Amino acid sequence: MNSSLVLIAVMAVLYACGVYLMLERSMTRVLLGFLLVGNATNLLLLTMVGDVGSAPIVEDGVGAEEMTDPMPEALILTAIVITFGVSAFLMALIYRSWRLEREDDVDDDADDVALRSGDVAEIGEALDTTTEDTEFGVPR
Amino acid sequence: MLAMLIAFGLCALALPPLTRVLGRRVFLVGALVPTAAFVHTVFASPSVVGGGRVEQVVPWVPQLDLSLALRLDTLSWVLALVVTGVGALVLVYCAFYFSDAEEGLGRFAATLLGFAGAMYGLVIADDVYLLFVFWEATSVLSYLLIGHSTARKASRGAALQALLVTTFGGLVMLVGLVLLSVETGTSRLSEIVAAAPAGPLVTTAVILVLVGAMSKSAIVPFHFWLPSAMAAPTPVSAYLHAAAMVKAGIYLLARLAPGFADVPGWREIVVGFGVVTMLFGAWTALRQTDLKLVLAYGTVSQLGFLMVVTGYGTRDAALAGLALLLAHALYKSTLFLTVGIIDHRAGTRDLRKLSGLGREAPVLATVTALALVSMIGLPPAFGFVAKEAVFTALLHDAVAGGSLGWVALVGVAAGSVLTVAYSARFFWGAFYRKPGVEPVRKARVSARFSFSPALLAASGVVLGVSAAFVDPLLSGYSTTIPAEGESYHLALWHGLEPALGISAATLLLGALVFLWRGRRTSFTRPSGLTAAGSYSGVLRSVDRVAARTTSLTQRGSLPFYLGVIFLVFVGCVGAALIANRSWPRDLKLWDFPGQAAIGVVMIIAALAATRATKRFQAVVLVGVTGYGMASLFALEGAPDLALTQVLVEVVTLVAFVLVLRRLPARLGTRNGSRNAALRAGIAVAVGAIMATVAVVALAARNRLPISLAWPDLAYTGGHGRNVVNVALVDLRGWDTMGELSVIIVAATGVASLVFISGRSDNLRRIPRREARDTIRARRREEGDEARSSWLLAGRTLAAGNRSILLEVVVRLTFHPIIVVSVYLLFAGHNLPGGGFAGGLVAGLALVARYLAGGRHELGAAAPVDAGKMLGAGLLLAVGAALVPMFFGQSALTSSFFEGEVWPFGHVEFVTSTIFDVGVYLVVVGLVLDVLRSLGAEVDRQQDHELSTVAS
Repeated sequence: MNSSLVLIAVMAVLYACGVYLMLERSMTRVLLGFLLVGNATNLLLLTMVGDVGSAPIVEDGVGAEEMTDPMPEALILTAIVITFGVSAFLMALIYRSWRLEREDDVDDDADDVALRSGDVAEIGEALDTTTEDTEFGVPR
Repeated sequence: MLAMLIAFGLCALALPPLTRVLGRRVFLVGALVPTAAFVHTVFASPSVVGGGRVEQVVPWVPQLDLSLALRLDTLSWVLALVVTGVGALVLVYCAFYFSDAEEGLGRFAATLLGFAGAMYGLVIADDVYLLFVFWEATSVLSYLLIGHSTARKASRGAALQALLVTTFGGLVMLVGLVLLSVETGTSRLSEIVAAAPAGPLVTTAVILVLVGAMSKSAIVPFHFWLPSAMAAPTPVSAYLHAAAMVKAGIYLLARLAPGFADVPGWREIVVGFGVVTMLFGAWTALRQTDLKLVLAYGTVSQLGFLMVVTGYGTRDAALAGLALLLAHALYKSTLFLTVGIIDHRAGTRDLRKLSGLGREAPVLATVTALALVSMIGLPPAFGFVAKEAVFTALLHDAVAGGSLGWVALVGVAAGSVLTVAYSARFFWGAFYRKPGVEPVRKARVSARFSFSPALLAASGVVLGVSAAFVDPLLSGYSTTIPAEGESYHLALWHGLEPALGISAATLLLGALVFLWRGRRTSFTRPSGLTAAGSYSGVLRSVDRVAARTTSLTQRGSLPFYLGVIFLVFVGCVGAALIANRSWPRDLKLWDFPGQAAIGVVMIIAALAATRATKRFQAVVLVGVTGYGMASLFALEGAPDLALTQVLVEVVTLVAFVLVLRRLPARLGTRNGSRNAALRAGIAVAVGAIMATVAVVALAARNRLPISLAWPDLAYTGGHGRNVVNVALVDLRGWDTMGELSVIIVAATGVASLVFISGRSDNLRRIPRREARDTIRARRREEGDEARSSWLLAGRTLAAGNRSILLEVVVRLTFHPIIVVSVYLLFAGHNLPGGGFAGGLVAGLALVARYLAGGRHELGAAAPVDAGKMLGAGLLLAVGAALVPMFFGQSALTSSFFEGEVWPFGHVEFVTSTIFDVGVYLVVVGLVLDVLRSLGAEVDRQQDHELSTVAS
């Protein structure tokens, strides 16, 4: 069993473009990259169909071998709708970020940057047990 | 015994609420529990004394061979009496020590009682894992007790230090216990000791356990946590740091010594570290000015002493060790309690500020003297009896030829000299009159306050006088160790023996050391490497390493993280591909020539999308690849996919438009050009890897796909001809169930990101009659010239935003589209369609209403909360999954009904259709949620911002 080189080439290009976009800081571009990677993954599933046949709808006289493999189709159908749900969520994120920051970019996390440049709070200080000699503090 | 443990736990929980009613008297209530346990243990004496034992085993996790195994033999019996007896007296003492206003009193009382329970459990546990649980429970509870004054930094730091050191030791010990338990095939402590295996593994295990015991009992080099722990309230020190917790390590030594004292290394470690600890602790005690710290270092010293004797492993030493343990518990807790009283009435524990207290508080001085007499080993106190036994046992072994015996004997004798000196320093510091120091003021202290220390001190003397009666009670433990010749017996008077001479010599020398060093009050602080300094050094370096690791790996940059993930992916999958052997033999160029044409378009669109500088441009280009997918699906025999993909592309585009209208048209270029080459490199690598994966995966297939059976299953089992749809709602229904959950989570996420404070939106539901009336009224007002509305809420839009053409088209097509969507839903079982496609079509109908009439129109078109629709859909799907279970079938099993129904004629119905209706509702709910959030709510926020700016 083998698959069409054209399909594989398209899939590879979609993956590459998607990954390239996802590595950017603009959230819109990340979302577009996510959509491209989603399409590419559906193509990957589609290549697993193997040899193409007729639509998987049972009719008299059409054997299972003559149909396109229905299992990757079921997986892709699920994936299409989930991709839409997740991209809607990403869009809401973009809108929220724009409303709060007037910005479409993912900035570096401020705490992580502070940790890289700043000091660490010292918790391992030496204990001094000799300073107090009472629990009551009654003046003598 | 188990019942007592449960009583400890339950009463500890009851104490905090009781404290609100009783105040500090709650300690008296708490004291009842250890008293009951004490009495219970006393009543068990007849079965224990003379070598018997009481056992109680309750299965806990039988699969892991764990049981709640409790037993009381002589050793446990003595420890249980000490733990519960001293525990009860300390609780009574607390009732006078604290004031009602003490912060966190209830918590403290509960923790202290819980600690007593954990300690009781520790000494009676016979399962090593149960022992470990109690061991760590005492560590955690002691953390809470030492840190009682939560506001003081020293208190918190000391608590953490004790916790870290003792749990570190505890974990090391656990490894040792696991090794021992695996080696002997049992987790019962008594069976492990009885089996007493040997070998390198056992030696390692035993030494690991020794490390645990040493950390718990504050043996050098782990000793430093104990003086720091003096930040705890004094009753805690009296209990934990004299009688209970620090004795846990000694107890474990005593428990293992009968079986393992001859393991190589054991005796060397026990004697070596014990003698060093005893000398170091005693010498440091001589250099303290805080009475409590004198006692703390004295305790460290005595723990070293106890380690030497209880770990020594001969029968006589074992008896002497148990006697010493008992004596130490009594006199050391007495001394701590008297320090508490001194602090209470004088307001200081500093011996440089105390003067003339002996004359003021003669009873207190007498109690202290009784305890000190026992500590230094003067007759008739029990400490004297124990020390005589120690000297005799060690001397006996030394004379018999053990060089370690001499080391031990000389070491503990020298330690005893120093003990005498610091004991004298303690008494002198607390009670004597000192020239130039103002005497303490007169004060009355309740006699009941001194009850506990007085009773403890007195019992030390009583035991000493009745030593001959105590001997048979304790010897049940030591006789488990085989010995030649006659055994030693405890007695107050053994005649003029060498041991008596050693005792006398230590007393004399101790007095001289006191006169030489004992009254100094100013010291230079020790410099150089100290154990406590190393501890904080280790903590600091752990912090630094953690911070560096974090800043190295957690860059806080999304592109960095993604880049690392992709690179790891390329590396790992690439390595697997290189090792791969299943390359395809032949490849075809395309399935059909049209594929190439569609492919070229998709490739161009994708490449262009990466170069696009405007948002809409990029969105449309990505959309082109989506439509390309749809046409590929259509031509590859996947009509369902093609239909769904097209519908999703439309909805996605609409959603994009709704969001992007608020964003600037140009895409940001802030980081667009940075590292472009690197990003392109990663991208190309991922693409290449995925292409190779696809080629290899298909070639690697060597079985027929299971889906060959699907068409038959779908038709005969699922009663549907559309295999893909039956697969979704029936054959692989669980996958779809998972997908529905994901969609609901995503939809809820969208709504909560936009609405923030609540999912319920403010879209008004317009009743039909009201809408008709409004329209008629408007028409009458404005005459026929005014544009009439084709939609219910059309009037709410500004005239400039309205499109009459759109309104007419939407008005005419909305209901047919809904009908089509329902048709797709029900036809989908046999023809292309189904819940997903139908739901998307219905969603598009709503999109049309919103686009034509604005947010009020949306409210009129779908007067249902999107959340309710999602919930209803999930409910139907879950119902379709669950109902078959009530009929004894597995979840999601579908049933088939057919019959004649007038006027439809022959009707067939499969229950999986109900599941598909659930899918339909969830998808409509998702689209509705997107419209309400990204459409209507964003409109409202925009209007709101505009009106704010305007005003």
